[in-house]
Amino acid sequence: MSNNKIIHWFKYASPQSFYPLAGKLIPWFWGLTAVFLIPGLWITFFAAPTDAQQGEGYRIIFIHVPAAWMSMFIYIVMAAWAGLGLALNTRLSGMMAQGLAPTGAIMAFVSLWTGAFWGKPMWGAWWVWDARLTSALILFFLYIGFIALQAAIDDARRADKAGAILALVGVVNVPIIYFSVKWWNTLHQGASVSLTKAPTMAATMLWGMLLMALAFWMYSIAVALTRVRAIILEREAHTEWVKELDEVKA
Amino acid sequence: MNAILAIIRRDLLLAMRRKSEVLTALFFFIIVVSLFPLGIGPETALLRKIAPGILWVAALLATMLGLSRLFAPDHADGTLEQMVLAPSPLGLLVTGKIIAHWITTGLPLVLLAPVLGIQFDLDSGALGVLMIALLIGTPLLSLIGAIGAALTLGVRGGGVLLSLLVLPLYVPALIFGAGAVEAHISGLGAGGHLSLLAALLALAVFFAPWATTAALRIALE
Amino acid sequence: MLTATGLSCVRGERCLFSGLDLAVGPGEWLHVQGENGAGKTSLLRILASLSPPAEGEIHWKNAPIRTLAEDYHRDMLFLGHHGAVKEELTPFENLTLAAKLDGAPLDETAALKALARFGLRGREDLAVRFLSAGQKRRVLLARLAVRQATLWILDEPFTALDVKAVDMLSGLIEEHVKAGGICILTSHQSMPLPNGRVLKI
Repeated sequence: MSNNKIIHWFKYASPQSFYPLAGKLIPWFWGLTAVFLIPGLWITFFAAPTDAQQGEGYRIIFIHVPAAWMSMFIYIVMAAWAGLGLALNTRLSGMMAQGLAPTGAIMAFVSLWTGAFWGKPMWGAWWVWDARLTSALILFFLYIGFIALQAAIDDARRADKAGAILALVGVVNVPIIYFSVKWWNTLHQGASVSLTKAPTMAATMLWGMLLMALAFWMYSIAVALTRVRAIILEREAHTEWVKELDEVKA
Repeated sequence: MNAILAIIRRDLLLAMRRKSEVLTALFFFIIVVSLFPLGIGPETALLRKIAPGILWVAALLATMLGLSRLFAPDHADGTLEQMVLAPSPLGLLVTGKIIAHWITTGLPLVLLAPVLGIQFDLDSGALGVLMIALLIGTPLLSLIGAIGAALTLGVRGGGVLLSLLVLPLYVPALIFGAGAVEAHISGLGAGGHLSLLAALLALAVFFAPWATTAALRIALE
Repeated sequence: MLTATGLSCVRGERCLFSGLDLAVGPGEWLHVQGENGAGKTSLLRILASLSPPAEGEIHWKNAPIRTLAEDYHRDMLFLGHHGAVKEELTPFENLTLAAKLDGAPLDETAALKALARFGLRGREDLAVRFLSAGQKRRVLLARLAVRQATLWILDEPFTALDVKAVDMLSGLIEEHVKAGGICILTSHQSMPLPNGRVLKI
C-alpha cells in the first residue's frame, strides 16, 4: 500500500495500538478534570463576588461559557479528524469523530440549557432570539444531524466517510450561519439585549472561567477517549487482538 | 459540456414523463403558503409583515420534497454507477443533475411566488425583490440539498434524515432571502442581502458539486 | 493488459477474498466463478473502479486505474445487476442518452439498427416499463454492441435472457474477444468460448 511510510509515523493511528494508549491516558485526564474542577467550582460558588446587577444567578456563566466554547471547539476538532480520515484513510480518525460528536452535542445542549436559565432572570424570558443562542441552537442541530447520519448507516467505514463529509460541510457553514444570524439579529431590533456587553471581568472571575474551561476540556477528552475505546472494541470485535484482551476474555 | 447538456435533457425528459412529482411539490408550496393566513387571521398588515418569511420557509420545504428523489431513482436502476464510470468527470454530471433539479423545482417556485405574494398584499416592488431573491436563492437550495441527498442515498429513513441534515444548512439562505424582501419593504434597500445571497451561491457552486460527488462515491462503494 | 495484484475485499467484518492476483490480456476472457456471496460482484465492482480494494492495486495498460480515472472509464464498459435502463424512457432514448454520456453520440440510424439487431424493432418508441425483463436486458445488449470499449466487465449478463438472446450475447462476446477485446464476466452458465480462463473465488 502506498501509505506504508505514513503508518510508521502514525503508529498510534491503528486502533490496536491506540486502544491501550487511550486506556492509560483516560485516568490521567479524569485526574486533571478533578484538579481543575474543584478550584473552579470553589471560585464559582464562593470566591467570585456577587454581581451587583445580576445577583447570584449570574454564577451559571461559569458553566455556560465553557460549555459554549467546548461545543464550538469540539465541532472544529471533529471536522479536523474527519478531514484527516478522508485524506489519509485512517480508520481511527472516523472513530475519533464519532467519539467526539455526542460530547459536543451535550456541550451545545448544556450551553443552551444554562443560557435559558441565565436568560430567565436576566431578560425575563427563557428564550431570546439572540444571535449567539440561535447559532448555538443550529450548532446543536448540526451535531444531531451528524450523529443521526452515522447511526443510520450500517457499514462503519461508509458511516465514517459520510459523516466526515457532513462535518466538513458543517464546519464551512458554521461561520456563515453565525454571521447570517448576527446580521439577522441586528436587522430585527426587537431583541436588543446581547450577551456581548459583559462588564469588565474581575480577575477572580477570569480565573474561575479559565479553570472551568480547562476542566471541561479535560472531561471532554476523557469521555471521548472512553467512547473511542468502546467503538474500537465494537468494530474490531472480529480481530484476534481484541479476543486476546483481558477485559474481553473476562 | 455535452455531457452536462445530455444529463439535463435526460432529467427534464424524465420529469416530463412523471409530471406528478413536479406538480406535487408545486402544489405543496401553494397549499403551505395558503394555510398561514388561515392559521393567523386575515389582517393585511400582519400578513404583509410575515409574507417573506412564510414564502421562503415554504420554498425550503417544497425544495426538500423533491430532494430525496434527486439521486435515488438513478441509484436504484444502476444509472448512477454508469455516471460514475462515464468518461466525463462526475462533478460535471452531478452539476447537470442539480441544474435539472432546479429547473423542475426551483424555477416554478420563482415564477409562482409573485402570485402567492399577492395573497399577502405585497406591492409590486416587493414582489420583484422576492422573485430576484428566490432566483438567486433556489439554486443555492438545490446545491446544498444535493449534498444531503447524496449523503443519505440508500440509508435507512433517508427522507427524514435528509431534512435533518439539510434544513440547518438552509438557515443563511432563509435569512438573506427573506431578509431581502423585508429590507425592501422597510425601505432599507435589498441590495446588501441580495449580494450576500449571491456570494453564498458562488461559494456553493464551487463546493457543493465537489462534496456531492465525494458523497456519491462513498454511497456506491 | 488488465492486471490486479494482491486484491482483498472486506465487507462489513467479513473478509471475502484476499491476495487475489489476475491478469487478462487482449483476446482473452475471464470467467469469474464462485458460490453465492463469495464476492464475485464485489470483485467486478473493484475491477471497474467503483469501489476501492481493501488492499492491492489494479493496473490498466501498466498504469494504476486510480490515476487513470476518466481514461480508464473510456476504455471500459461495466454492466451491473441493475441495467441502468430508465423505465420511463423508450429503448431508443435509453440507448442514445447512454451513448451521449459515454461521450460517443449515436446517430439515429445506428441506434435503430442496434435495437433491431436485438429484436426490439417496433418497440423503439415504447416506454421500457412496458417491456418484459428479457427485453429490458436486450436494450443493454444493444448498448454493448454500439459502445466502443476494449474492456468489458459484465456481472451476470445472461440473467433473464431467453435462449436466442443468450446466443446473441455469446456471439457478441466472441466477436469482441476475437477483435482483441477483453471480457471479464460472472455467470452460472458454462461458456463454450475459446481463449477463456476460469477464476474461482
